[in-house]
Amino acid sequence: MKILITVLMIIFFPFLISGMIRRVKSVWGGRKGPSLIQPFFDFSRLMKKSEVISRTVSPVFLIAPSASLAATICAAMLVPMAGKSAILSFNGDFIMFCYLLALGKFMLVVSAMDTGSSFEGMGSSREVTFSALAEPGFFIIMGSFAWISGCKSFESIFQAIYNSGPASGLLILLAIIGLFIMLLTEGGRLPVDDPETHLELTMIHEVMVLDNSGPDLGFILYGAALKVFLIASLIASLATPTGIGFVPGLIIFTAVVTAEAVFIGFLESVMARMRMTHIPQFVFMITALAIIIFFIVMMELGKAL
Amino acid sequence: MSWAVTSNNQTIDLAVIPVKTPAELRTEIIEQSQRGARPVAFFGQKLSSGVRLFVIMANDPRSELMASSAIFAESERSYQAISNEIPAFQLFEREFFEETGIKPEGHPWLKPVRFSHSRADQSARMADYPFFRVEGESVHEVAVGPVHAGVIEPGHFRFMCSGEKVHHLEIQLGYQHRGIEPMMADGNIWKKHKLVESITGDSAIANSLAYSSLLESAAGIEVSARATAIRTLALELERVALHMSSLGGLCADVGDLTGNTFFGATRTYVINALLDICGSRFGCGLIRPGGVNFNVDAELSAKLLKTLEMVRNRVFIIGERTFNMPGVLSRFQHTGIVDAKTAEKINMVGITARASGLKRDIRADHPFGFYRLYPAYKLTLDSGDVFARAYMRYLEAKRSLGYLIDLLSGLPPGTELITDRGSLKPDSMTVSMVEGPRGELVHVMLSGANGEVVRYKLKDPSFNNWFALALAVRGEGVSDFPICNKSFDLSYCGYDL
Repeated sequence: MKILITVLMIIFFPFLISGMIRRVKSVWGGRKGPSLIQPFFDFSRLMKKSEVISRTVSPVFLIAPSASLAATICAAMLVPMAGKSAILSFNGDFIMFCYLLALGKFMLVVSAMDTGSSFEGMGSSREVTFSALAEPGFFIIMGSFAWISGCKSFESIFQAIYNSGPASGLLILLAIIGLFIMLLTEGGRLPVDDPETHLELTMIHEVMVLDNSGPDLGFILYGAALKVFLIASLIASLATPTGIGFVPGLIIFTAVVTAEAVFIGFLESVMARMRMTHIPQFVFMITALAIIIFFIVMMELGKAL
Repeated sequence: MSWAVTSNNQTIDLAVIPVKTPAELRTEIIEQSQRGARPVAFFGQKLSSGVRLFVIMANDPRSELMASSAIFAESERSYQAISNEIPAFQLFEREFFEETGIKPEGHPWLKPVRFSHSRADQSARMADYPFFRVEGESVHEVAVGPVHAGVIEPGHFRFMCSGEKVHHLEIQLGYQHRGIEPMMADGNIWKKHKLVESITGDSAIANSLAYSSLLESAAGIEVSARATAIRTLALELERVALHMSSLGGLCADVGDLTGNTFFGATRTYVINALLDICGSRFGCGLIRPGGVNFNVDAELSAKLLKTLEMVRNRVFIIGERTFNMPGVLSRFQHTGIVDAKTAEKINMVGITARASGLKRDIRADHPFGFYRLYPAYKLTLDSGDVFARAYMRYLEAKRSLGYLIDLLSGLPPGTELITDRGSLKPDSMTVSMVEGPRGELVHVMLSGANGEVVRYKLKDPSFNNWFALALAVRGEGVSDFPICNKSFDLSYCGYDL
């Protein structure tokens, strides 16, 4: 039952998050906005379409979108969701998670390079640069949490961190902020990337998929939305208290993910996008927060020893 | 001084304009340029044998226009280029070369301008455009257009970048091949208003105003004060509308949803005000030679006043918010700088020139229409970056709204809106300049022995300013190009005549 609910969430929540962000922005801009499940309709419309494939591409371009989505779905199985339980859990799964996402990204990057378009090359270079800056932060956070809790998987770390010591509240708060910046970076949201823009020269994520169409484009869009949902889920799981049972956990989880979507929509309404050269500083904040977490953990462990 | 002196909206006899040899004219142009005059028109007229080159230069502080000419005999196929001494002529000389085939020798950048149907070298093809090339290991080219992702006009942009940094941008326009100038000189000039309104869709009023003023002065028609006031009203409304749309676009390009939405919505009030006046949101059909087609009666005037007061409020609120937002400022400031020296060198005009510190505004320098009675003052900023161009639009929109509100509260009385046409003065030249939303529009007409039109020359402000955009993005990140582009907000069709 738990697994079934988790699977349903993995299928539908990404569309809902996109829908909610769009709706918040529409309402802020004085418009009514599309339906919350419009992204799902878009996805099913794309599934029915045929594909236009450039004559210059190699088979890499053809398999990349499916491979990328497959990697992201595998990563989804490792993420603790409602009640802090994941479909799969094993020691070191957070490392697996990070590199599954990286594999998905790698597939998209090589397929973008495969088209030979200068735009897509530019987008790939930006994408890889910014996510490489986000990665160390994630590992320092997870590593510090693993150290203080003595556990080695997402599920167990997230359960143990809640009662890990006097500073656990502070640790969770810092980690949530760090993960939220990672969400904005990896999800391609403002102020890192502007998902609404039509200007190829400023794009990061969108410009990489200019040549994709039909079901492949649908996979990419769903994969990107799923990635946002996965990082949002990490935040929601961290925010959920340990040992409150599945149903209350599910309610809190849903509420937190919804709040995140609304907050992203709000941020995108009131913020301007950063200059490309300032983005690395912003992304590097994740690492800065992670290092603070690391020091707090060190101090706490030093006290216990 | 051997130049024929005239002024905005004045007709002079062709016989008054001196005829020089190309070499003499070149020396005089350089002399005048060194005294501070700038070119506003430079074009050839084909004679039965050979070509007559007309040059019109503006002396802004004295509100004077100076005209001179030179005749190229059939056998003379080249002259020494002026652009090496005075870069302001570079595009004019290229245009002259494209139209007549007379080569400016030693021109540093002799490239096609717009591939018009009437070009001298019919074998020139767009595909053979001689792009500037940058070589090097880390250099890569990014080509954008001519078909763009947004609903905009065709234009090809080629960036020579190293990494994210732009070394050089080459802009190739000329995809539209409209042939407006020959069409203007062909047939009844009094019936060209539809054509004139379509030269640049978002400057329909400015263009029809220049065209109408030109015909009125060539035919000696007086326009009533009320009609003049209504024309000025429309021109300022057009200016506010375009500034709102540029500001909205700038906000959109930095991902500022609020600014984009509210500037866009405010623009709608402004163009709807034009709809109330003449039934067209772009002011088509309002201005005709001899006057205006529609009146602004007391009831409409009160309604417009109310709308404009509201618009002024909205512009103030959203403008103060936008220009106080750190996120927006960090994108705008120090991006895409064109300094005053460069701006003067390449002969920039209009609002973008004023943002670089050049004091050029036809409304004040060569006043026309209602600005002669109720002057408009020049505003300038110094920094020449995207911020200056954007802030300039905000300042000008506020200033224009103030002007409009004053104008509406005291519209000159009278019932006469449009007067009868006359006949054009034979063998004459008329120059009409209007400060449109983007800058100076120049219309020049030469009439023949029977008062027929033999040449109609147009110059849109975008003609001067596209080159400035290419200079502005040098050394910038390629991702900042869209906001640089939007801050200039130039017209493709104004260039592709």
